[in-house]
Order: sequence, then structure tokens, then C-alpha cells
Amino acid sequence: MASTLIIESLRQQIASCEVQLRDLQRQLAEAEHSHQQQLQERKHQSAQTGTDPLAYDFTHGIHDDFKSEVYAALLHTEDVQPPPNRWPLEKNEYRRYGRQLIVPVIGLQGQLLLKGASVLIVGVGGLGCPAAAYLVGAGVGTVGLVDGDTVEESNLHRQILHSTSRVGMTKVESAMVALHSLNPNVKLIPHHGRLSPETAISTVQSYDLVLDCTDTPASRYLISDTCVLLGKPLVSSSALRIDGQLMVLNNPPLPPGNTAGGPCYRCVFPKPPPPDSVLTCGDGGILGPVVGVMGVLQALEAIKVLTRFTGASTNGAASSDSPSLLIFSAYSNPMFRAMRLRARKPKCAACSAQATVTLEALSSGSLDYVQFCGTVAPVDALSANERISVENYAKIRLEANPFTGSEPSKDSHILVDVREKVQFDICSLEGSVNIPFSIVERTPGFSLKSSGNIDGSGEETDWVSELRKHSDKPVFVLCRRGNDSQITVKRMKELGLDNGGQRWIGDIKGGLQAWRISIDADFPEY
Amino acid sequence: MAASKEDDTISITVEFSGGLEMLFSNERKLPLSIPAKDDTGARTNVAYLVNYLCENAMKDPKKELFVLDGTVRPGILVLINDADWELEGEEKYEVQEGDNILFVSTLHGG
Ligand SMILES: [Zn+2]
Repeated sequence: MASTLIIESLRQQIASCEVQLRDLQRQLAEAEHSHQQQLQERKHQSAQTGTDPLAYDFTHGIHDDFKSEVYAALLHTEDVQPPPNRWPLEKNEYRRYGRQLIVPVIGLQGQLLLKGASVLIVGVGGLGCPAAAYLVGAGVGTVGLVDGDTVEESNLHRQILHSTSRVGMTKVESAMVALHSLNPNVKLIPHHGRLSPETAISTVQSYDLVLDCTDTPASRYLISDTCVLLGKPLVSSSALRIDGQLMVLNNPPLPPGNTAGGPCYRCVFPKPPPPDSVLTCGDGGILGPVVGVMGVLQALEAIKVLTRFTGASTNGAASSDSPSLLIFSAYSNPMFRAMRLRARKPKCAACSAQATVTLEALSSGSLDYVQFCGTVAPVDALSANERISVENYAKIRLEANPFTGSEPSKDSHILVDVREKVQFDICSLEGSVNIPFSIVERTPGFSLKSSGNIDGSGEETDWVSELRKHSDKPVFVLCRRGNDSQITVKRMKELGLDNGGQRWIGDIKGGLQAWRISIDADFPEY
Repeated sequence: MAASKEDDTISITVEFSGGLEMLFSNERKLPLSIPAKDDTGARTNVAYLVNYLCENAMKDPKKELFVLDGTVRPGILVLINDADWELEGEEKYEVQEGDNILFVSTLHGG
């Protein structure tokens, strides 16, 4: 048994390495090709600049006194620096950026501003991938990438720079491969690891503009504070499920205390949200195009800020500069709504004259962003005898009872799965009943004082009376990872469903995740 | 002008976004008729509305996900007719007939 598993796993690893190898070979070929092209182009240019002035100058005649000097200079250009370009952009850049160059809000001047600009993208996930693709595509001269994660299969439906063969690679490396192949003209700077108070200043310092593509409140405050202190405009976005939000902050990026500067993240959200109100994409879910739209819009706002001094008379930049919050809601009509935002807050902790967030405080590490935003403590609601391991539950489920000799029976107990219905419908254990945690939480009378005295009607309490009917059977509760199930067990007991301790109600430790890892490897992981 | 029935209540639209709709039976848009004046006879303001929503529209018992320390919890933006409520006087803004008041929870995913 075990050896076939090992063989199968090795086969899979070899297959995945082969895919990765082929991908790398393809990328190498692409890189060599573009390198060759660049060399040829450069040769072509120096050949041209070597002959053109000669032909021109001699047809119009040159004073004899200057001839020797001209010859010497011309001879010199062969092995010294190539002469300054006749055109401000490289030949291939006119072709590559032609379609955006002829858009009046960009033009040559805008393209040169983009080429001279540097943008830091913090987070190379669902927002950062499309944002980076469009900024690199548009020819922003330097793009820095910050991320501490590696590519996972569950990222690929939305994180469009990564690929199946690069699962396991760091997100920064994976994105560099994709972005270099998209546009080798752009200088890419990797910053491995998460942004921290210790690294924030030195990382952000050399860039002109920052995109916040991260996914936690702590990083959002850190990035905003850093941008205020260093005077960088910040394009901040976020997304969850079918909703997205976008703000251009600290724009214009005037020093703290200057009320004409744009508001910062702390102006809009002086206090962080309670930790248990914060949902991640992993728990709440995310539709790929929703986060994609928001990342693309971040790239757009960045381009607008970086090129704002071009075509000023036509694009009405002044009005769009007033701070706003863009709300995207994929299933609403209209999908986009823009809200007027406040100016800088007179008492903002970061950007006001009374700011307590200072360069010294930040770089000394005295600002603890994780503590400021709080963390959700792992749920530890039950005692040891209220919990059962997946191994022991599997015995109850799959094996005969060693004492009575009776056949295993799914009817011997009640298995309650408290994941939301949409997850239960994806996959569930045979014989389990679904009581979504959101309904458990909404059930009135779970407080201690009302235990054993449930009144009221309606669907919310149906599950309670149903469980009460089979008061002899033990109840096992499980969920995705083993947190909601513990709280449910506690509430069931508060509702008196354990008949004052006569019926066993307990939680299956680690939930379906543990079940898949220890018992049934075929159970879907999502 | 004599007090007519229309003067007793005002009709407004309340909207929820960013996940807050889940606290309100998954309603994203809620047409509401609320008293024009509070118990003390003062004109209804946003503070009153927040309390009113908590007691009358919110089915979820987790009130702390909407209100904390007597006001909307941190991480919720209130937008009155498409503008940040801070531009309109925050809680003290007196609700007008036909107002659109949007409660947005910040998102953090990315
Ligand atoms: Zn501020």
C-alpha cells in the first residue's frame, strides 16, 4: 500500500518537474531571443549614427579646419559610448507603446514620464498580478515587487502572472519570469519577504508611487504610514467575494501637517476593524475577475498619477484628483459607484500636524501594527473530553465496535457539518447533516440563561428541535478546519441539547482538513 | 403648515455593501420609513438611524459587527448621498426625505 503511494507521488513529482523544466526552457529561449534582438538593434543604431552624419555633413561641405577633428571624433565613436540618441525612446519602444502613445492623455511626454518612473507593488496576488502586468506592459521604467508567499494551486484562478508549473516557486520569482517575458525593457526589482516596520522605509524610499495589493489591515496601515512619511502617493485596493474597493491616498503627497495633501488610510479609517470582522479570500472566497478588475484599476490610477502633467488642459485632472472611494459590486446595477471622501483629518495620527507616527517611531520598531490591528486567537473553547480525533471518529464510523462486535453504523450517532451550505454542497461526509454556522449563530436563546427553555419558531430553531427529537444519539460536530465546530458544540450545550450531560456532544478535531490529511486523501481540498 | 401624516415619517433608502448585507438578511438595499423625530422631539439624525437599524432591521444577534460603543464600528464607512458622512456632520446629520445612506464595510482581501 505505502510503496504504491510513494511510487505514485514520485511519478507526480517527476511529471511536475518536467513541466517546470519545459517552461524554463521556453522562457530561456524567449529571453535569448529578445537579448539577440536588442543586440542587433543596438548594432543597427550605432551603424546608422556612424554613417548618417558623414553623408549629411560632406554633402553640405565641411570647413577644412574641422575635418581632422570630425574624423577623430567619428573614429572614436566606434569603441567609446554610442552618441546620444536622436529619439528619446528606443526604436522598439515606439512600436511597443505606439497604441498608447497616440492617446492624447499619454503622448510622448507621458510615455517618458512612465519610463522615468518607479512603482512599488506590495503583494503579488490577485490585485498585484494584473496591476503589475499592466504597468510593466505600459513601460513603467522600474517596478519593484514585494511578497513573502509561494505560489499555490488555489491562487491560479485569479493571480494571472503565476502558472501551474510554477506552483511552489516564490510569488516574486514567478511574477518576475512572467513580467520579463512580457516586457524586457522594464527593470524589475525583487523584494522577498513581507513588508515589515523594519524594512518598510528602506524598501519604499526609492520609488515614486506605491500600490497596496496586500490582504491584511496591519499591512494597509503600515504601507499608508510609510507613504505619508516618505511623501509617496498610494493606490490602495481590496476585494472579497463579489465586491471591490479602490482609493488613491496621500495624493497629492504633501508633508504631514499640510492640509492640502490627500487623506491617508488612517484619515479614512482611524481605528482598525475588530479582528473577527476581517475575512480573507481563503475563508470568504473571491471571484477572479472581481479582484482582477480592481488590480487593473490600480494600474490605471497609477498611470494617471504618474502622467498627470501631460495633456493637462484636456483630461480634467483637477476634478478627478479630489479624494474618492470607488466601490465595485459585481452583481449590483450599476456595478461602479464613486463616493466623495473626506480631506485629511485634522487629528490624523499619521498625516496631521499632531502626527504621532513619525519616521523615528516607525524605524525604531515601536509601532506594532499586528498588535494595533489585533489577532483572532485560535479557538480553544472545549475541554479534552469534548473533542475527538479524526482517527478515533473514523474507527466509530468505519470499524466494528470491539466490545459489542456490532457492525459499524452511521445511524449510531448524528454527524453535524456546520460549514455554509455552498461548501457542504461541494463535498461532505456520507450521512452528515448540514446546519450552517451562520444559522447556529443566529439562533436565539443560546445564552446560558435560556438553556433548556427554547421558545420561538421559524427555520432558525428547526435544527434545534430536530436534534432534540433524537436525544439518545451522540452528536459529532465538524467544520472545515475545526473552529466553528467548537463554538457550535458550546452553543448546543447552552441550548440544553446534551440533556444535562447525558448525551455526548463533541467536536471532531481539525475538521475536514484533518480528515483529508489523516483518513481519506481523496476527500476534496478546496 | 398643519402637521400631516407625511410629516411623521420620512422615506429613505439604506444600502449595505462589503459584507454588511449579511447582517441584514442579505438585503443590499432597504427602503425604509423612519420616524421624522426621535423621542425627545429632535429631528432624526444618523445616530438615531443606526440605532433604529440595529433594533428593527438587523436579524443577526452579532450587533457588535455593526455597532460598537454606541456608534458604527471601526471599519465601516457611512456615505450620505454618495459622500463621506464626515463631510455632512457625521452622526449629527439630520436625515432628509429621499436620502440614500450607504454603510460600507472595508474589505481586506487582495
Ligand atoms: Zn491621515
